[in-house]
Amino acid sequence: MTLASVHLTDSYFLTFAAMLFSIGAVGLLIRRNVLVMFMCVELMLNAVNLTFVTFAKTLDDIRGQAIVFFVLVVAAAEVAVGLAIIVAIFRRRRGGATADDIDLLRG
Amino acid sequence: MNPGWDFHAIAPEIIISATIIVVLIADFFFQYRRRFQTSQLATIGVLAAMVPVVTLAVNGGTRQMFGGAFVVDPYSLALTGFFLAAAYVTLLLSVDYIGDGDYYQGEFYVLLLTSLLGMMVMTSARDLITIFVALETISIPTFVLAGWRKHDPKSNEAAIKYYLIGVLSSAIMLYGMSLVFGLTGSTLLRDIALAAPRTPHTSLLIVAVFLTLVGFAFKVSAVPFHFWVPDTYEGAPTPVTAFLSVSSKAGGFVAMLSIVFFGFFAVPDTWQPALWVLAAASMVLGNLAALRQTNIVRMLAYSSIAQGGFILVPFAVAADGHAARSSFEAVVIYLLIYGAMNLGAFAVVIAFARRTRSAEISTYGGLGSYAPSFAVLMTVFLLSLAGLPPLAGWFAKFVMFRSVLDAGTPGATVLGVIAAVMSVVAFFYYLRVVREMWFHPVPDSVNPEPVQIPLALNAAIGICAAIVLIVGIYPQVFARIGELAAGG
Repeated sequence: MTLASVHLTDSYFLTFAAMLFSIGAVGLLIRRNVLVMFMCVELMLNAVNLTFVTFAKTLDDIRGQAIVFFVLVVAAAEVAVGLAIIVAIFRRRRGGATADDIDLLRG
Repeated sequence: MNPGWDFHAIAPEIIISATIIVVLIADFFFQYRRRFQTSQLATIGVLAAMVPVVTLAVNGGTRQMFGGAFVVDPYSLALTGFFLAAAYVTLLLSVDYIGDGDYYQGEFYVLLLTSLLGMMVMTSARDLITIFVALETISIPTFVLAGWRKHDPKSNEAAIKYYLIGVLSSAIMLYGMSLVFGLTGSTLLRDIALAAPRTPHTSLLIVAVFLTLVGFAFKVSAVPFHFWVPDTYEGAPTPVTAFLSVSSKAGGFVAMLSIVFFGFFAVPDTWQPALWVLAAASMVLGNLAALRQTNIVRMLAYSSIAQGGFILVPFAVAADGHAARSSFEAVVIYLLIYGAMNLGAFAVVIAFARRTRSAEISTYGGLGSYAPSFAVLMTVFLLSLAGLPPLAGWFAKFVMFRSVLDAGTPGATVLGVIAAVMSVVAFFYYLRVVREMWFHPVPDSVNPEPVQIPLALNAAIGICAAIVLIVGIYPQVFARIGELAAGG
């Protein structure tokens, strides 16, 4: 069986998106580097985009693709704010960027 | 279909958008000493936006735009009015706090108003994507506001924790929404309501709705998605904390109301069990954790988690018996009353912290002996939060229990019993602060002279106290708003 003969159905894409989303979610929970945590969020959002686009194709509904633009724009805004917060923290704190260092407040 | 613009219907949003731009530009031109005028511009904008809300309410009826994605009806108007009023009080709380700090001013008000704009759009949003964009418009400015004191590590920490939880929750929510779109073929809540009962993939729909609700559970700080709340509330500037605990939280609840009641009401199996657990867990853990707090802001943080649990109770029973209407009313009324009393409590905390620079409950000792009017008002807000008649809080609890009685199922009864027990537990921690103020001596660290409060803070406390007292004695005022919101 050659690679070209594999027929990619929608469920492949949906499963792939679910895997991407899970990798992102688990990564966000277990990684301690704040920048890597950011990348995990991006992974989750891209899994969402992939799901929307797949459903847009399945349902033959262009709205699913239009939604992706909204998600992209919001993700960009989120990253801008997030990096600004990280810069604010690093100005005060030299050294590593781990979430464990940020522990002044405990509940 | 005519995509026509109904300018009257979106006039409040247009006014706030214009105010945002004006404040941003004006801040650039004002001399440094006159920067406080940006707050006046912001206040004028918020008050001006109330005018079209009133005229729309007088005209009545329902106005739709963008194919039903944006709806202006009595429900959205009632909550838009609430958000504008809450933003006005927050502005009053912020003026002196921000003015006294060494930080920029104009940007603060721009961010506050942008968040307000998101809330106003949220009340009218009847489409998953509109709801998502509105929610992000609410959240993203509040991430920055939480880290406002950027040279204070505590404020930085509050911001990063809030930010990470915020983006995680919106990613989870979006994934749920993408699955809902795939299963129902639409993002319009109206179409989802028609398609959801007919989908063959019931179990996948449960997962989709669950993920969507988890996203909102973070925003409304329901247990077990609450762990960011105490840290963020303590670290953020206190006026921002007041804003987060009232407006931002109410924004999440409004989104939940729209999604549950307009989208998935016909398929209660998908949301009712999850909301039941969230409501019970928030009430129990919020109230018990509040008992052992020594910092009043952290105590109010756990108290707001617990109050969120009480607001979730009507959600969890909405589909049982004939509770649909009364539970919708209960959520709206509870939100309005909670806003007034919680903003009032935070206003007193802010005013008092001007003197002591501390939020420890022990510094409130003997407040009744040297600032009696101040202590009386704090007592009013705390007892109202506890639900003691004749203060507004009792009516909020009353409508909540009424929806439980209307439901009448065993699940609803159990939840009602938990709510009743936890209402009693809540008395302990609210009364501890009251006892500290009236029956304990003044600690050595506090200077027992009458507290000078700026005019704006006085006005904020006065407005909240008036609402708490008037609604407590004449609950018909808010009951009527709740009835109108639920459709006549």
